Amino acid sequence: MLQIHNLHANVGDKPILKGLTLSLNAGEIHAIMGPNGAGKSTLGYVLSGRPGYEVTEGSVTFNGQDLLALEPHERAAAGLFLGFQYPVEIPGVSNVQFLREALNAQRKYRGEAPLTGGEFLKVAREQAGALGMDMDMLKRPVNVGFSGGEKKRNEMVQMGIIDPALAILDETDSGLDIDALRTVGDGINRIMRKPDKAVLLITHYQRLLDYVKPDFVHVLDGGRITRTGGAELALELERDGYKELAA
Amino acid sequence: MTDDIEIKDKAAWDAAEKVADYEHGWSSDIETDFAPKGLNEDTVRFISAKKNEPEWMLEWRLKAFAMWKTMEAPDWAKLNVPPIDYQDAYYYAAPKAKPKLNSLDEVDPEILRVYEKLGIPIAEQKLLAGVDGGEDGGLPQRRVAVDAVFDSVSVATTFRAELERAGVIFRSISEAIKEYPDLVRKYLGKIVPMHDNYFATLNCAVFSDGTFVYIPEGVRCPMELSTYFRINAENTGQFERTLIVADKGSYVSYLEGCTAPMRDENQLHAAVVELVALDDAEIKYSTVQNWYPGDAEGKGGIYNFVTKRALCQGRNSKVSWTQVETGSAVTWKYPSCVLNGENSVGEFYSVAVTNNHQQADTGTKMIHNGKGSRSTIVSKGISAGHSNNTYRGLVRVAPNAEGVRNFTQCDSLLLGSLSGAHTVPYIEVRNPSAQIEHEATTSKISDDQMFYAMARGLNAEEAVALIVNGFAKEVLQQLPMEFAVEAQKLLGISLEGSVG
Ligand SMILES: Nc1ncnc2c1ncn2[C@@H]1O[C@H](COP(=O)(O)OP(=O)(O)O)[C@@H](O)[C@H]1O
Ligand SMILES: [Mg+2]
Repeated sequence: MLQIHNLHANVGDKPILKGLTLSLNAGEIHAIMGPNGAGKSTLGYVLSGRPGYEVTEGSVTFNGQDLLALEPHERAAAGLFLGFQYPVEIPGVSNVQFLREALNAQRKYRGEAPLTGGEFLKVAREQAGALGMDMDMLKRPVNVGFSGGEKKRNEMVQMGIIDPALAILDETDSGLDIDALRTVGDGINRIMRKPDKAVLLITHYQRLLDYVKPDFVHVLDGGRITRTGGAELALELERDGYKELAA
Repeated sequence: MTDDIEIKDKAAWDAAEKVADYEHGWSSDIETDFAPKGLNEDTVRFISAKKNEPEWMLEWRLKAFAMWKTMEAPDWAKLNVPPIDYQDAYYYAAPKAKPKLNSLDEVDPEILRVYEKLGIPIAEQKLLAGVDGGEDGGLPQRRVAVDAVFDSVSVATTFRAELERAGVIFRSISEAIKEYPDLVRKYLGKIVPMHDNYFATLNCAVFSDGTFVYIPEGVRCPMELSTYFRINAENTGQFERTLIVADKGSYVSYLEGCTAPMRDENQLHAAVVELVALDDAEIKYSTVQNWYPGDAEGKGGIYNFVTKRALCQGRNSKVSWTQVETGSAVTWKYPSCVLNGENSVGEFYSVAVTNNHQQADTGTKMIHNGKGSRSTIVSKGISAGHSNNTYRGLVRVAPNAEGVRNFTQCDSLLLGSLSGAHTVPYIEVRNPSAQIEHEATTSKISDDQMFYAMARGLNAEEAVALIVNGFAKEVLQQLPMEFAVEAQKLLGISLEGSVG
């Protein structure tokens, strides 16, 4: 589904990704772990096309398409979803309005008919319900006044409504209490653990991986993948830390 | 003359076809009945005669014209307006239609087509549909009575019979002058006096048509009233005159929508709107203005010099102005409330968008003369391109007005780095009991917000439109639903080309 080959990227003039290579097949969940500042969020931004994140070398293919040639909204319409480490507030725009417009923009781009208000709300209610989020919260402005945990939960509601083929989830587990962690973990499994989907799970901690069992775990350090293993690698990292591993 | 006009219209049509990026930028093929070009006493007499006005009206106009000749255009606004040649314009243009229209069937089909093209619901059976988007589907159907002003003449008034049953008078001002002279004379020029300002005085002399509304005592107007203005004939200044009188305990919501076709030369628009609310009466006046703003280089566009004022004369009377201003090359407009009544309420909710080379100097005046009068001002300015957007507002409290309150919030949003936003508040308080609050913010659309919206599937323009709509929400939600939806779309359209 996703092939990243020898990816180099700068933020401003600073090289952050330095030859990253990684492949995800449909049906797989990959975890990416690594120390602060390793370039994990940068990878998510580069894959979703954030302006200011400049690819200097390498290639990324998404379902056979040159991902790097697409605009951010085209990548979204092609099925890529980025769960933000720090979800953004948009005052005055309700979650319902935001998501309906976003979803219909994606559908339009793909040549599909837009969802009516009723159809959209049905989907939104289902997804909010499954993630234990009140419909009243969905009517409030996007992330405004949401707690850290509510923002992350909201990212998962968005993912459920948009129903992407590939989700890059950037520290979706940080800021969650243990109950919320379980809800979010269940949500990821329910929405994304399907034969035609894949997940790139960026996390610091093993604890989310108790709920969402990865097929592969990668260590990202110094802008490239330094080690790859199965679920057990995460446990090892938790025990020994990145330094031990690098040594 | 007719040939000449047709050629002009043809040329304009062709020009309009070429410039596809202005949605309403086209001119239609209706024969027009012009006053001779230029402005002198004869022009004033011509207009008055064309409209079969009574003698008192002609005298009033001539007095205004004599006054205007002694006046000078104001220059205090933060606007850069080239000198206007008042002799190089037509002051009256009537679409050639039957003199008296009894039903929509008699309206020139070409005119109806024009309205259809603009998407205006002129036909009675075309009730505006509910807007999709509420939590559980459709809203109850709302109805809007339309008084359509095509160039200078009102061509059709719908729902007249039903309104008449309720005792509501909804007429073109020309008709009202003849049918209800006492009522018109009692209020015309009493809220905006003839000498008020250069453009208002000019309007008194040459006003062409407009709307008159009277809501009798205790009546809640059974539907929204609406006028769609359009400027169509070339070089024709538009001088509408609107007068709305809400008698004791009555309520009316009035919508004013405007579109104008593409023209090369600047056109002058100088309307006067007067509102009067008696005891316990409420008037809600909403405007969505998207006149031609000129092209991306700043060529052409409408000059909009408008005087709008409400007199809250009675106790507990209330007037609420809501405006969404996206069009015009130059906007000079300060819908105001004179709060004479005890405990009267004035509100001003405004969104003004400027893009490319547009200039807007707009705001309000809240004149608190009545005890316990209150006012709220919410102004949202959005500037993009090379444009300049100024909020100018006055809050004045008279010495014997006890217990006055005002809250003012002015927010500016900048897109790009070449546009300007300015806030000029004047506060004159002569009574120490007044509570006046003023808040102002200036911000930019953040890269984080843009990218978040784009990562969810919106392109750059859609993302800007969404964020801007959120910024303007407090004002947009004051509009009646179908206007709010139209206004949301307009905000997006008017900011096209401002990103990327
Ligand atoms: N906008 C930016 N400008 C300059 N440097 C940045 C910017 N964003 C991130 N960086 C730098 O890039 C490196 C990687 O950051 P990031 O991808 O956020 O790491 P991680 O998510 O792995 O903690 C860090 O050194 C960080 O300081
Ligand atoms: Mg990070």
